[in-house]
Amino acid sequence: MSKLSHYVESAGAILLAIIWISPLLFAFWAAFHSTSDAVNFNITSAWTLDNFRTAWEGAPWLKYFLNTFLLVTIVLIGQFFFTTLAGFAFAKLEFPGKNFVFILVLMQLFILPEVLIVENYAMVSRLGLFDSLFGVGMPYMASAFGIFLMRQSFKSVPIELHEAARIEGCGLLGILWRVYVPLAKPTYLAYALVSVSTHWNNFLWPLIVTNSPDTRPLTVGLSIFGAPENGVDISIISAATMMSVAPLLIAFLVFQRQFVQAFLRAGIK
Amino acid sequence: MSNHINLERRRQAIYGWLMLSPAALMLSIFAFYPSGATFFSSLFSKHTRRRPSEFIGIENYNDLFADPTFWLVVKNNLFYAAITIPVSIVIALSMALWANSKIPARGFVRTAYFTPTVLPMIAAANLWLFFYTPGLGVLDQIGSLFGLQSVNWLGQPETALWAIIFVTIWKEAGFFMIFYLAALQTIPEDYKEAADIEGTSRWTYTRRIVLPLLMPTTLFILVNAMINSVKLIDHLFILTKGGPSDASKLILYYIWEMAFAFFDAPHAAAMTILILLVLCIVAAIQFIYLDRRDNINITGPLLSSCNPIHLP
Repeated sequence: MSKLSHYVESAGAILLAIIWISPLLFAFWAAFHSTSDAVNFNITSAWTLDNFRTAWEGAPWLKYFLNTFLLVTIVLIGQFFFTTLAGFAFAKLEFPGKNFVFILVLMQLFILPEVLIVENYAMVSRLGLFDSLFGVGMPYMASAFGIFLMRQSFKSVPIELHEAARIEGCGLLGILWRVYVPLAKPTYLAYALVSVSTHWNNFLWPLIVTNSPDTRPLTVGLSIFGAPENGVDISIISAATMMSVAPLLIAFLVFQRQFVQAFLRAGIK
Repeated sequence: MSNHINLERRRQAIYGWLMLSPAALMLSIFAFYPSGATFFSSLFSKHTRRRPSEFIGIENYNDLFADPTFWLVVKNNLFYAAITIPVSIVIALSMALWANSKIPARGFVRTAYFTPTVLPMIAAANLWLFFYTPGLGVLDQIGSLFGLQSVNWLGQPETALWAIIFVTIWKEAGFFMIFYLAALQTIPEDYKEAADIEGTSRWTYTRRIVLPLLMPTTLFILVNAMINSVKLIDHLFILTKGGPSDASKLILYYIWEMAFAFFDAPHAAAMTILILLVLCIVAAIQFIYLDRRDNINITGPLLSSCNPIHLP
């Protein structure tokens, strides 16, 4: 009886896995076949790279890739800077008003940047950052979530190391840089993975703030490329989609363990 | 001596505020000020060439409450939340229980469940477009094998929102699975052994021991799923654009449309304030729950489900 149920459960788990992965597999298959072969599910038909060629010529993908790459880099550097300083202050320093400010930061966890698009757009325009990668990245830099993560990580550093560094004549910033930051490396790595995959995939805000191919990230470029008004067919859209998810997807498949643990450690995106 | 302590205290205060100020400045510019400004602009009329904007109190809110589209969108979003939240939690839990048990091809199964999480929502929408397209799409082709009629999944009001919901569940279930998986791995083996000695069935063991132990994780996932039901709207841009006749329109999409397609910022602001209120309630639920569990610090539920896992 229990053996039977084991078989049933395994079959269920594998079936669900196949259902879950099938959209990706179909798109992968379609990307390498002509449109008519793809929609007719002609299993024996020839594989082709034509779709990729057509898709590649249809939009400035290289520019989009570069923009996305720069964007995630800018966001990550900004996040590391702001969250390290604030996280350290919250974790290891005592000062009046700390708890009050901490509650304010907590509140920001629930004020999603996505919801404030209208006023953030006005703010970015006011700062002269409209249609720039900085404009896209800025609202995410002082991430309340990152501040939490760093605070948590710095809190676990034993005070003895701090004291030892101070006796050696290290200043507060020196202690932060030489003692805390190196010890928090796993947290930085986890945060980096989550941040990069979040901002690689972000869409709504970049859609609003960018207005030219020079600043558009991949997701926005892909949505414009695939818009029905452009009349591109399903195989070419699949090829473009595969192209734009490839870097992150391959990275994920290679570093699966680290990815999963990063998401775990980071808690929320 | 007390002089020295005072000096140290002052030093810490200065450093503390100095280190906090960059982040505080950024948070003020991109979270607190915009929240205030949104509230402020929700109380003013739209600025047009003929009439400058003027204070109109809660008029914008009254307009919204009188707007049938607004209520339709609210209804859609509530429905979206009411389906996506429980279904993705249940699927995530089953995925985790399976991915944690001894089944063949476990590596493949885990990867397959988690992969949608790393895809952009836009790309996910493109993949699903291939499934939903009438006539050519995979769903129709499968349907035609069984002699079913072609269905325009995205083009008719009865199915459009369901099509959107399905993509959301597909995207987030694997993400939630990870948290369950982590929590499952912290349950000591002894419990299972003790249950086996007692002759407890696996189902009873799961229901009476595993599920209660997973409660904090479930709460954490619940909060995340609630936030996602406001936030995950990217696929609307590809799949339905909120149509047909607003049948699949969600609030955040409507805000975007109001502000950037109809250029009606005051009404968008009023709607934003309403969303913020809802998010505040979600936050309150979490904090109230936190107060009851006094032994953990404030970030507890955010991180408690992952503490036992350490990166290499």
